[in-house]
Amino acid sequence: MAVPIMKQGDVLIASMQEALTDRALVQLRDELSDRVGRFRSRAVIIDVTALDVLDSFATRTIRSIAYTTQLRGARTVVVGIQPEVAFAMVQLGLKLDGVSTALDLEEGLLLVNEGAPGDRRDGR
Amino acid sequence: MAGDTTVPIEHEGDIVTARQKGRELAAASGLSMTEQTLVATAISEVARNIVVYARRGEVILAALEDHGRRGVMVVARDQGPGIANPALAMRDGYSTANSLGMGLPGAKRLMDEFELATTIGKGTTVTMKKWGR
Repeated sequence: MAVPIMKQGDVLIASMQEALTDRALVQLRDELSDRVGRFRSRAVIIDVTALDVLDSFATRTIRSIAYTTQLRGARTVVVGIQPEVAFAMVQLGLKLDGVSTALDLEEGLLLVNEGAPGDRRDGR
Repeated sequence: MAGDTTVPIEHEGDIVTARQKGRELAAASGLSMTEQTLVATAISEVARNIVVYARRGEVILAALEDHGRRGVMVVARDQGPGIANPALAMRDGYSTANSLGMGLPGAKRLMDEFELATTIGKGTTVTMKKWGR
């Protein structure tokens, strides 16, 4: 099952669905890295709201996806880590070093648009 | 044990099945949402070890009851190569498969009880339990 990737302006949004196989995660990494170049995307948001488990493999893969798209020049934010999932990750000793996170898609979009022309936070 | 669920682990899709069934059982045993997630994550780690190191095996799930306490037991077993150095395998960050090395020590932290039995050439059995609070 492939991960749907949405293009919203110069932001790519990948919404991970329930129960991703390892193969789909690897496919997502290659696909995002390719599209960042094709669409000249400035930012990538990886939405994990639907995931009820982030084990060490999934965490490592998300980290490598984020590092890859960051190296391709796109600011990358992981959004929607559920409270129980965050707690389990801490217990497991898993980190997303060097990767920005945000509460949800809305906060993630605000974060990647920070400092950009038309910044929604300007003038608040 | 009656009422056990056995999930054969042969490819990575089975990892997802095992952790979903584990979560269902944990929910049916009255474990909280957080505890269900810890159980599902621990199952994911040990089931992945089977796929990576032994290629095939099984995860057995059973409900537990002890003096009114309820919980779940997870047994992950395979007839794979076994673990040459179990003490090292239980150490954070140690891996022979170029992974994070968080699987076994991580699963231990997620659960209340954890037991590793392994014999070279014979296989590995991980038995772990989580009790409701």
